[in-house]
Amino acid sequence: MLNQPDRTATQGLADEDRIPVSVTVNGEAYERSVSPRLLLSDFLRHELRLTGTHVGCEHGVCGCCTIRLNGETARSCLTLAVQVDGCEIHTVESLGSKSALGPVQQAFKECHGLQCGYCTPGFLMVVTDYLENNADPDLTDAGIRTALSGNLCRCTGYQNIVAAVRRAHKIMHAG
Amino acid sequence: MKPARFEYVAAKTVAEAIDARSSFDDTVILAGGQSLIPMLNYRVAQPDAVIDINRVPGLDTISVDNGAVRVGALVRHRQLELSAEAFAAHPLLREALDNVAHIPIRNRGTICGSIAHADAAAEMPAVLVCLDGFVTAQGSGGERNVPASDLFLFHMTTTLDSDEIITSATFPALPKGSGYAFEELTRRHGDYAVAGICAVITPGPDGNCASASLSACGIAEKPVRLSAVEAALVGTNLSDDAVSAAAALVDDMVTNEDDGAGGRYRRQVARTLITRAVAKACQRAAQGRA
Repeated sequence: MLNQPDRTATQGLADEDRIPVSVTVNGEAYERSVSPRLLLSDFLRHELRLTGTHVGCEHGVCGCCTIRLNGETARSCLTLAVQVDGCEIHTVESLGSKSALGPVQQAFKECHGLQCGYCTPGFLMVVTDYLENNADPDLTDAGIRTALSGNLCRCTGYQNIVAAVRRAHKIMHAG
Repeated sequence: MKPARFEYVAAKTVAEAIDARSSFDDTVILAGGQSLIPMLNYRVAQPDAVIDINRVPGLDTISVDNGAVRVGALVRHRQLELSAEAFAAHPLLREALDNVAHIPIRNRGTICGSIAHADAAAEMPAVLVCLDGFVTAQGSGGERNVPASDLFLFHMTTTLDSDEIITSATFPALPKGSGYAFEELTRRHGDYAVAGICAVITPGPDGNCASASLSACGIAEKPVRLSAVEAALVGTNLSDDAVSAAAALVDDMVTNEDDGAGGRYRRQVARTLITRAVAKACQRAAQGRA
């Protein structure tokens, strides 16, 4: 049951038009027909069952649902699934696995950069983007906090997330 | 928090998008979607059709001409912010863009979309007003340029017709010898502004203020030009006293008294931001950086 797409959640009313979408997510190609009003966040979670992407505020404020769309960070709750036809998406599932954490995941674990974990997928995507897309990322408190400013965390007080960004940079550039 | 039903039209050309605007009663244009999709999610907007212009070719270009910068309807905030050519020609734009939300939002949101959305607290409409810029709009009646002074009517309302689409926005060049600044106060970085001030100051050869152009976001029901402040600055020696006296004239323009910042507080913020923006603009003019 859990592995079946939740039709009511994702596809809306029975008589709504469906629009075909072909999209590559974490390197895998998917083809689906979706209602135009389906949000990308719901598409990823309900249709593709990639539930690592979390849904917080659904109006772009909290940053939980941040993914990478054609290499750039974006809010999946502020994108319609029909818009990503032909696009390449990376979600938090692309960063590593339980047995082999990616460097940013490892750093968050080591530095206690998470407590409840709800906001963490968004932070992991933003931090990955920040460290991968900047040859020389600003690792001052101000620089890191600006990079994180679009994501809300109600547990950590951010201190350990800032520390995790520095740790992740170290892990990525070790050896 | 899910959008109501709508028809989805993926326009391939501007003409197709204009046709679609005329074929439905209530339509919206989807460019970056960073203001529109929250409104759809909240069902504040329940249009009959969403017209997606993201696949219209040619709308994603930035052109720099003699210091003026024109951005097409699909130019993202981040694209303009990172454009070395636009920054060299018109550094004010990057300074203002740094205040627009956060990087993931700027990666998607468009300058023209922000202008069309016309939020009274948004930065880029205020920049357009300060510079006497204009948008180019296409509709069933053809193409026309609409100056910023005639564009903004009210919070989230422009004078454009319901079948018109903004295809580009043009930010005129900074005057020779001028200095610029964009100063804003927000509760948290990237939030909507309590107040934001855009200033372009040109000192004359005697050091006195030869011309001043100021606008504000967040203080009224639309982005406003601070004409009274400008008039009070011109001809002065731009001393702290002269600037403070001029800045006090913003008080009458502050009509936004929402819960986040009462009128008295917002007036004080606006005055302070004006003095900061004018000081920074003067400093830059002196350094010849503009």
